[in-house]
Amino acid sequence: MKLAENVLAGTRIAIARAITKIENEHEDAPELMRLLYPHTGKAQVIGITGPPGAGKSTLTDKLAKEFRRRGKTVGIIAVDPISPFSGGAILGDRIRMLDLTLDPGVFMRSMGTRGSLGGLSRATGNAVKILDAAGMDIIIVETVGVGQSEVDIVKAADTVVVVLVPGLGDDIQAIKAGILEIADVFNINKADHEGVERLNIEIAMMLDLNVEKPAWRPPVLRTVAAENAGISALADTIDKHMTYLRESGQLTARRTARARFEILELLQETVRQHILGLVQEEETFEHLVTQAAERKTDPYTVVQTLLAPILE
Amino acid sequence: MENRIRVLVAKPGLDGHDRGAKVIARALRDAGFEVIYTGLRQTPEQISEIALQEDVNVVALSLLSGAHNTLFPKVVALLRLKGLDDVLVIGGGVIPSEDIPFLKAQGMAEVFTSGTPTAQVIDFIKMHVKQPE
Ligand SMILES: Nc1nc2c(ncn2[C@@H]2O[C@H](COP(=O)(O)OP(=O)(O)OP(=O)(O)O)[C@@H](O)[C@H]2O)c(=O)[nH]1
Ligand SMILES: [Mg+2]
Repeated sequence: MKLAENVLAGTRIAIARAITKIENEHEDAPELMRLLYPHTGKAQVIGITGPPGAGKSTLTDKLAKEFRRRGKTVGIIAVDPISPFSGGAILGDRIRMLDLTLDPGVFMRSMGTRGSLGGLSRATGNAVKILDAAGMDIIIVETVGVGQSEVDIVKAADTVVVVLVPGLGDDIQAIKAGILEIADVFNINKADHEGVERLNIEIAMMLDLNVEKPAWRPPVLRTVAAENAGISALADTIDKHMTYLRESGQLTARRTARARFEILELLQETVRQHILGLVQEEETFEHLVTQAAERKTDPYTVVQTLLAPILE
Repeated sequence: MENRIRVLVAKPGLDGHDRGAKVIARALRDAGFEVIYTGLRQTPEQISEIALQEDVNVVALSLLSGAHNTLFPKVVALLRLKGLDDVLVIGGGVIPSEDIPFLKAQGMAEVFTSGTPTAQVIDFIKMHVKQPE
């Protein structure tokens, strides 16, 4: 496949078109990913997540520049939520990264959260693999918030940076639940604002609640992304985490978990579509629906009836 | 999954506010498009490179400063140079109608004068956008 070859050669237009194909779930997408997969697993993948407006894009911009100074090429994927009303989206993360545009060592792509939760994490996971296969050394994935879909997205990352800002008060309580397990590094951005010490204490207290004594305790860093302050220390910490993953065997464990997740998720989707297709082709299907509506049967019985011949 | 139409809304040139561009960006989002919005003051080089990386179907340029006769054709030329042959390029802003034939001859698919209802822009995009197989 020509497209896969061109992605592997690092051709920018091919990278862009390949990402479109996986976003659109084009019929060529599985073959494309099959060809690229053996060439992936080399990049260092960093997830950046946190509440809206925390400075994730500004931080991504500055981190990308820091890694460029260190001689690395950088791929960036920024995921934004779609409007539930129209299905459209305004993807505005590039505003903070405008001067990365013309750097030939950077490729940046904005993605909207189309389709199902599973579909989104699959699309971002595949976009990461495309950039990886194209030879990017570092890949940064920015997502907003910490909901289940974001948790699934950042699972593609080797290092997850959770960005928080001082002065949000109770917010840390609200997002606490999902954060503990996924954060490898906490970063307090907008450290020029008041309340940094308090937030730092809150995070430390939260980490202390963890009864298991983890081998890697997520460090808490501070940045003023808008002024490029603290960025190089953050990059150092991210690299340190990567070294820890490698030396502790956690990298293999994580990547195994990731592969398992991807396979199960893909299996689920494939089985679901296959069975839904078969079932809806059944000529009795509409009839059973009507019967259920008329209370002559019930949905449980209908499902059993429909599945019985398939599962035999 | 459906192929969603992706539109880059960009403001080349140096004029200082982006209210018009924001209005069109929101209208396009509400029409179900994915809008890549990049704020103020991009060079034609940046716009064409963003269009490439984002693999957009449409580039919508907004300009108030009067430099449209140089900047719009420059963007079109750079897009084509990068091999983005199918990208639909439209423009809007404060543009005298006597300039429009020239701009179209330079490869602009359409140029909307200020006050054009956004619905008309959306219809135009839906009608003329090219999507790859
Ligand atoms: N005071 C201060 N402002 C900052 C800092 N970092 C970013 N900002 C500003 O915060 C605002 C939001 O920054 P973004 O980088 O767009 O934040 P984001 O988290 O990517 O936002 P969404 O993607 O919309 O969730 C911008 O106006 C930035 O200039 C900082 O360290 N200090
Ligand atoms: Mg952002």
